[in-house]
Amino acid sequence: MLEQIAAVTGMNLRALPQRAGTSWVIVIGIAVTVAVLVSVLAMALGFRQTLAHTGRADRAIVLRGGSQAELSSTISRENTLTIMDAPAVKKDSDGKPIASAEAVTIVALPQKKTGTAANVTLRGVGAKAFALRPEIRLVAGRMFRPAVREVIVGRAAQAQFQGLELGSHIAFRDSDWTVVGVFDSGGDAHESELMGDVETVLSAFRRNLFQSVTVLLESPQAFERFKDALTTNPTLSVDVLREPAYYAEQSKQLDKLLNFLAYGVGGIMAIGAIFGALNTLYSAVAARSLEIATLRAIGFGALPVVISVFVEALLLSLLGGVLGAALAWLFFNGNTVNTLGANFTQVVFHLTVSPGLLAWGIVWACTIGVIGGLFPAIRAARLPVAAALRAA
Amino acid sequence: MKFLPLVFAALARRKARSLFTWLAILAAFLLFGMLQGVNSAFDQAIERANVNRLIVTSNIALTEPLPYSYLSQIEAVPGVARVAHATWFGAYYQDPKNFVFAFPIDATREFEVFPERKVPPDQLQALIHTRTGAIIGAELARKYGWKIGDRVPLHSTIWTKADDGNSDWTFDIVGIYENPSDRSQENIFFFNYDYFDEARAFGKGTVGWYTVQVKDPRQSAQVAAAIDRLFANSPNETKTQTEKEFQQSFLKQIGDINFIVTRILFAVFFALLFATGSTMMQSVRERIPELAVLKTLGFTDGGVLLLVLGESALLCLAAAAAGLALAWLLFPLLKDTLGVVQMPLPVMIEGLAVAGTLALITGLPPALRAKRLSIVEALAGR
Amino acid sequence: MSAIVSLRKVSKRYQRGKQTVEVLHELDLEIAPGDFVALMGPSGSGKTTLLNLIGGLDRPTSGAIEVAGSRIDRLTGAALARWRARHIGFVFQFYNLMPMLSAARNVELPLLLTRLSRAQRQQHVAAALQLAGIADRARHKPAELSGGQAQRVAIARALVADPTLLVCDEPTGDLDRKSADEILQLLQELNRSQGKTIVLVTHDQKAADYASHILHLDKGQLVEAAAQAA
Repeated sequence: MLEQIAAVTGMNLRALPQRAGTSWVIVIGIAVTVAVLVSVLAMALGFRQTLAHTGRADRAIVLRGGSQAELSSTISRENTLTIMDAPAVKKDSDGKPIASAEAVTIVALPQKKTGTAANVTLRGVGAKAFALRPEIRLVAGRMFRPAVREVIVGRAAQAQFQGLELGSHIAFRDSDWTVVGVFDSGGDAHESELMGDVETVLSAFRRNLFQSVTVLLESPQAFERFKDALTTNPTLSVDVLREPAYYAEQSKQLDKLLNFLAYGVGGIMAIGAIFGALNTLYSAVAARSLEIATLRAIGFGALPVVISVFVEALLLSLLGGVLGAALAWLFFNGNTVNTLGANFTQVVFHLTVSPGLLAWGIVWACTIGVIGGLFPAIRAARLPVAAALRAA
Repeated sequence: MKFLPLVFAALARRKARSLFTWLAILAAFLLFGMLQGVNSAFDQAIERANVNRLIVTSNIALTEPLPYSYLSQIEAVPGVARVAHATWFGAYYQDPKNFVFAFPIDATREFEVFPERKVPPDQLQALIHTRTGAIIGAELARKYGWKIGDRVPLHSTIWTKADDGNSDWTFDIVGIYENPSDRSQENIFFFNYDYFDEARAFGKGTVGWYTVQVKDPRQSAQVAAAIDRLFANSPNETKTQTEKEFQQSFLKQIGDINFIVTRILFAVFFALLFATGSTMMQSVRERIPELAVLKTLGFTDGGVLLLVLGESALLCLAAAAAGLALAWLLFPLLKDTLGVVQMPLPVMIEGLAVAGTLALITGLPPALRAKRLSIVEALAGR
Repeated sequence: MSAIVSLRKVSKRYQRGKQTVEVLHELDLEIAPGDFVALMGPSGSGKTTLLNLIGGLDRPTSGAIEVAGSRIDRLTGAALARWRARHIGFVFQFYNLMPMLSAARNVELPLLLTRLSRAQRQQHVAAALQLAGIADRARHKPAELSGGQAQRVAIARALVADPTLLVCDEPTGDLDRKSADEILQLLQELNRSQGKTIVLVTHDQKAADYASHILHLDKGQLVEAAAQAA
C-alpha cells in the first residue's frame, strides 16, 4: 500500500509543473491570506508585549475605586501616604517605602512623521520612582532635579515626537520645561512617556490630587496582603491591581480590535483562498482523470489517489504559507507602529513577527489546503473508471 | 441582451469552477466593502463635521479643563454667534462595559449651537427646570429601554460627588432628542451643567471645552485665531479648531487606517487577479473549437472578443455586486466596535469600478486570443 | 443558369516550416443552383480545404472565388463574417453544438446576428427544427441527444437563416449506418423540396450516392465523375 501511495503521489508531483498556472492560484491566494493574518497578529502581539513588559508581578498599582484608568483617578495626598505605608510594601535601605505617588497629564506635541500634534503622557513621579522601576535606565543626559521644570524623555517618545532632543525646551503651562535626559526601559509603555518630578508637575498644572500610587511589594505573593489592607481600610476607596493585570486591562480594547481585524479579515481571505484552492484542485483532478482511471483500472486502490491529491494540496499551501509568512516577516518585523493607547496618548510598539506567529501562519495555510483538497480528493476517489477511459 | 444566454452558457460549462471563482470574488468584495466602508465612513464623518462650528480646547491638551469665565469672553469675540460648552463625564451604566456618552451642558446653548439635534420645546424647558433632568438620544433610549420619567443612575469614572464622596450620579429623563441627518449621533446623554458643577467634589468652575458657532463660516479661521489670541500667554491657553479639523486630528492619532486598508486590499486584488485570470484563460482555452464554430456561423472576430469580455464581466460584476451587497447588509454589525453605521454609497460604486477593472484585465488576454483564432486551424485541431 | 459557386484558377498553399505545401492547384469549379454535389477524394487530397474556401472560412492564395454573386476572395474580416452568416450553413462531422445550450437555443445562434425580434427568431427556429424532423427535442441539451438527433439539430441550425448554400463536411462520419442514411435522406429531401444547393465532402461512397453529382479531388486537382440519377 505504501508503495502504491508513493508511486501515485510521485507521479502526480512530477506532473505538477504542467499545471503551474493554476497551481500558482493556490500559492498566491494562501500567501496573501497568511501575510495579512500574520502582520495584523504581529501588531497585536507587539502591542501586548509592550504593555506586558510594562509590569512586574511584584509591583502593584493603586487607583481610586471605580476609575479604571489613571487619567480619571484622583487620590488625595493623605491617602497616598496611607497607601504607601501599607503592609507588604518593600522598604528601601533608608526605611522608606519603595513607592511612587504619581500624577499623569497629557501634552500635545508635533509628531516627527506627520507634523501634526499627538498626545504624549507627562508623568510626574515620586522620589523613589527609579528604585521602584529599575528597568528605567538613563542613556543620555542626567536625571531631572526636584522643584525644577526639567523632564526626562523615553527613547520611543523621542523617536516619535519633534523637539525632544537633549537640551531642548518644551513650553506649556506658561513656563519652559527642559529636556535633561533620555531613558530606556526595555521597550515598555513608559518609554513613550515624559517624566518629571511630581510636585513640580502638580504645581505647574495647579493640581493637588495625585492619580495613582505604584508600590514595590516584598514579594509577588505579598500582593493579597497589600490589597486586603487597603480595601479594608474605611478611609480609602481604591482599586488595587497587579501591574501586569492593570496594563493588560488597558490594552484590552485595542487588543480586541486587532484580533477582530486579524481574524475577520484573515477569515474572509481564507474563505476566498479555499475557493481558489477548490478550483485549482478540481481542475487538477479533471486534468488527471485519464491517468487516475488508468491507474484504477490497473489495480491501484482509491486511497493512493486520495492521498496524492492531499499531498498536492498540502505542498502548494505550504509553499503559499511559507511565502506569506516570509513576506510578513520581511516587511513588518521590527517596524514600529504607533497608535492611540489608553490614556488617550500615543503608544509606540514594535511589530513582532515571532516564530510562534510564523508557525501559526503555516498552520493556517495548511488548514486551508486540507479543506480545499477534501472535496477534490473525494471526487478523485469516486471517479467512474470506465467512463473516464471511454472519454479519452 | 439577447447574447446573455450564450455568455451564461460559457460560464455554465464548468459549473463548479465558475461557482468557486464567483465565490472567491464575492469574498474579496465583501472584504472590500467592509474595509473600504470603514475607511470611507471615517472620512465621511470628517466631511460631515460642521465648518461653522469651532471647538475650543486647552492648548496644552484635550484633557485639561478651561475656566468657565472664558464663556462670556468668547461670546464677545466678533464673528461669534453662540457659545456652548461640555465636559467629559466618563460614564457607564451599571457595568463598565456599558459606556455612555454623557455630558453636562447648558440646555439652551447646547441645542442652539447644535440645531441638528431635534427636541420638542417643552422637553427642553423640562430640562431647564429640572435640576437633575436629562435629555437622551433616541438610540440610547432604545438600547436601554429608558423612557421619559425614568430615574437613571450613571457611574462616572472621573467625578465624585462632594456630599457623599461616591461617583454614582442619578438623573431623571425628561426628554428624548433625535438627529435625523445623522442617526449615529443619537446616543448622547445630556444633563445640566449647573447641577454637575455644584455637586462635584473638585474642578468647580471649569468646563472641558467650548463649542462656538460662527456667524459666517468663511470667517472661521479669523474667529479661531481671535479666540486663541484672547487667551494667549494666560495660564490656560486655548487651541481653537473647526470641528472638522478636530475630528481629523483625532483620527490621525488612531493611525493611518487608510494606509493599512489600502495595502490589504491591494494584496487581495492581486491574488484575485491570479485566480480569476486563471479561470478565464482555462475557460477560453477549452472553448476554442466552440468559438471557432461561432465564427463559422458568422460571428465576427470582434464579436467573439466581446463575448469573452462579456463572460468575464458577468463573472466579476455579478460576484462583486453580491459581495458588496453582503457587506452592506453586514455593515451595521460594526456599529458597536467602530461606531460607523452605514456603508457609504460611493464605496459600492468604487467597488463596481474595481470589479470592472478586474473583468477587463482578466478578460482581455483570453478575449484577444479568441479574436485572433483562425477558424480552420481551430476546427482542424480537434 | 449562372453558377452559384464559381472557382477560377484557385490555388491554396501552406507554409509548413521551411517548406511550402500546395494543397490546391489552379482549380476550376462551377456549381449550379439547386445542385447536390459530393466531393470525394483520399485523405490529404484537399477536399476539406476546398470546402473551407467555398464556405468562406479560408481565403485562397490565388484565384477568384465567387459564391452567391460575391467575390469572397476579396472579402476579409467582418465583411466576410457577415457574408458567411447570410449565405452559408455549415454542417460538421462532430456536430459542433454548444454543449450548454438547448437544441432550440443552438439553432437560434445564427439568428442572434440578425435584427429579428425574439418572437420572429423563435418562429424561424421552430420552422427549422420542424424541417429537420427534430422539433420534439427542442429543449434537450446535446448530451441528451443521440448522434443522429444531434446532427439534425446541426442541420436545423445550418438552415435557420435561410442560407444560399449548405456546406457539409463528412456529416455522417460519426454516425451509425441507420442514422447516416436518415441524415442523407434529409439532405436529399431539402435539396429536392426546398431547392437547397448542397456541397458535401465525404469519403463514403454510399453517402456520395445520395448526391446528384460526384466530383473527385486528387492531389489538388478536380476530376468529375458521371452525373448520378438519385
